[in-house]
Amino acid sequence: MVAMPKRRDLEPPAAPQPPASPLYAGRLRVYPRKVSGLWRTVKWGVLAVCLALYYLVAWLRWDRGPNAPDQAFLIDMAGRRAYFLDLEIWPQEVYYITGLLILAAVGLFLATSLFGRVWCGYTCPQTVWTDIFMLVERWIEGDRNIRIRRDKGPTTATKIGLKLAKHGVWLLIAFATGGAWVWYFNDAPTVTRQFFAGEAGTGVYFFVGLFTATTYMLAGWAREQVCTYMCPWPRFQAAMLDEQSIIVTYEAWRGEPRGKHKAGDSWEGRGDCVACNQCVAVCPTGIDIRDGQQLECIGCGLCVDACNAVMAKVGRPANLIAFDTLANQKAAAAGAPRHFTVIRPRTIIYASVLAVVSLVMLAAFLMRATVEVTVLRDRAPLFVTLSDGGVRNNYTLKILNKTRDTPRYVLSVEGIGDLQAAAEGADDLVLATRPDSVATYRVHLTAPGTRLSAESTDVTFVLRDPATGATLRHRSVFIGPRLQPGERR
Amino acid sequence: MAVDTERDAFTGRQTTGHEWDGIKELNTPLPTWWLYTFYATIAFAIVWCVLYPSLPWLKGTLGYTERKGVAATLEKAAAGQKTYLDRILKSSVEEIRKDQQLLAFARAGGRIAFNNNCAPCHQSGGAGTLGYPNLADDDWLWGGTAADIEQTIRYGIRSEHDKSRNPPQMPRFGVEGVLTAGQIDDVVEYVLSLSKAPHDAARAARGATVFAKECVTCHKEGGVGNREMGAPALNDAIWLYGGDRAAIRATVFSARSGVMPAWQDRLDDATIKMLTLYVHSLGGGK
Repeated sequence: MVAMPKRRDLEPPAAPQPPASPLYAGRLRVYPRKVSGLWRTVKWGVLAVCLALYYLVAWLRWDRGPNAPDQAFLIDMAGRRAYFLDLEIWPQEVYYITGLLILAAVGLFLATSLFGRVWCGYTCPQTVWTDIFMLVERWIEGDRNIRIRRDKGPTTATKIGLKLAKHGVWLLIAFATGGAWVWYFNDAPTVTRQFFAGEAGTGVYFFVGLFTATTYMLAGWAREQVCTYMCPWPRFQAAMLDEQSIIVTYEAWRGEPRGKHKAGDSWEGRGDCVACNQCVAVCPTGIDIRDGQQLECIGCGLCVDACNAVMAKVGRPANLIAFDTLANQKAAAAGAPRHFTVIRPRTIIYASVLAVVSLVMLAAFLMRATVEVTVLRDRAPLFVTLSDGGVRNNYTLKILNKTRDTPRYVLSVEGIGDLQAAAEGADDLVLATRPDSVATYRVHLTAPGTRLSAESTDVTFVLRDPATGATLRHRSVFIGPRLQPGERR
Repeated sequence: MAVDTERDAFTGRQTTGHEWDGIKELNTPLPTWWLYTFYATIAFAIVWCVLYPSLPWLKGTLGYTERKGVAATLEKAAAGQKTYLDRILKSSVEEIRKDQQLLAFARAGGRIAFNNNCAPCHQSGGAGTLGYPNLADDDWLWGGTAADIEQTIRYGIRSEHDKSRNPPQMPRFGVEGVLTAGQIDDVVEYVLSLSKAPHDAARAARGATVFAKECVTCHKEGGVGNREMGAPALNDAIWLYGGDRAAIRATVFSARSGVMPAWQDRLDDATIKMLTLYVHSLGGGK
């Protein structure tokens, strides 16, 4: 396989043209160098917070009373309930999850239009886990140059040993990742004990295995290939960026023409870039930021740290590579002052969508009924004529009790005079509920034929809790025979 | 394949040689691992074809069929239902009615059995139709207690079964010439008067004597009906074969008698019990 022309080679294609492009691109190995600086520190901080959240949140306990799980965040697939602190979501309320996903998406749009690909560079799980895997790689195999040299060199016992050690540690981390995943779908302490005792369900072992394998593959082997080829986000995130978004930029106006610089040489007539290639060496996706914005850039800013260290050494102004906007770079090149425009149509639209969806979600949460009543009218038979000429309609009444209490309700029905209600299993019309479940009652309504003035009459089911006075209402209709003019009932 | 086509001046990369409205596409090769992933999916498909039925003449080495899968699922479902069915078999109808969970299960099972076996005549929800009694009302030809309903389901009405309810047929008053046309008209007016429908009072008065002679044995004094005989009450608003003048006249003239098959040998005990509960719950039974 012939290698693609490297992007980091800045020289234009040489006169004798390189060989024809292959149909498939070989993998360009990336050996990121260790770097330290402001953004590296921020990245470690974000990484620590993300991992702490992932590994610790499942262990938060939350008292919900007896017969309820005490895990603060739990998605119970088998029991069809999702627990988020005091909120308990039933399957039919899955639209809350939809709302959260919309919030997450719009939030991502807003963040991207303001700060570029901060999600990709700092918080994306792919970035976080790749960072840990690279750290392990550096600890075990050494930094960039040592790794390059060893990979090119002959296979020795040491090389095999180091590689085995690295993959071993990677697999351990991958296992810890997959293992933590199942905590959110099972009681964390229980499932952990069951897992090692060999008592957990096949589903648990399957998902731990699946996430161990994918973590090892994606963070150990695939790395930047995920961002470049698999992830759809880089493909369309350009639509959220504009010239006012803060992205990783190269100040070409003062960097070029670049060239090696010896101590004591004059800076006249040349750019500040000393062509040390440190920005390329530290890049986790192996690109050259001096080529400008490109698909592969995840906006992590490690090249900023690398370049600033070099600039400090050679005594030139910092931030030759910096988080800045394209508009500012243009202005700076022309000698104009920098100006950050945070409020612009794009950010206003994203922020308002975010605000509207948040308000709708908040309203939905605040108006969420913890006890609901629904009434389904029997359609077959539409109505029943009784021997005394009365008319009966049958209904299925359901009380959805999302609380842990067991309220009791007295049933009455409004709408037709002399209406008689009967509920099966509740002779005194006191309907009991059970905690966290649906109580179903069949209700028969009987009206004297003479009291029906229309084929269909609106009726309202009223459930009243005598203890609290709270009432639940549900409207339905009562259907009788078609009335003929002058007909006697 | 990898022909050296034109190069893009700005990037130095090859173009694909295609041009649309003056825009040329850069040749951006896919990564090699993508190609191998594609090969892997082909290999997966071959393995799949060997293991599972894929082509009409390839049955697959695992011996899997959809039918077996369905059978396994049904078996699993039946195993899950077994605990409930056992409890239903052991409990009395009254005990089941007191157990919300068991009652819900019995009703669901009864509804399915009803829709599969009973709905063709009694209609869905037991709504009934001309000649087939409505099971959701409060009028029971043969009794509406759970025990009565179970007896009817098990052995039927006028069925072949030995224990079937098998009352004497209603006489065909007109066909057999027991009553004259005038007498029949009179008794029809009397029957209409029993349920307080509009009627000819004079004929009804004459009809009363005919009724007292010919009908009262089964339909009883005042037309209240007799469950022993399955004789319907004639003094209520429910008419199995129609309550207008013509329909009643046809009934008196050529008589009616419904037949229901026995289900004892067709359904198992648990299903019959669930059906009983379901039918009983339709209208609240008696």
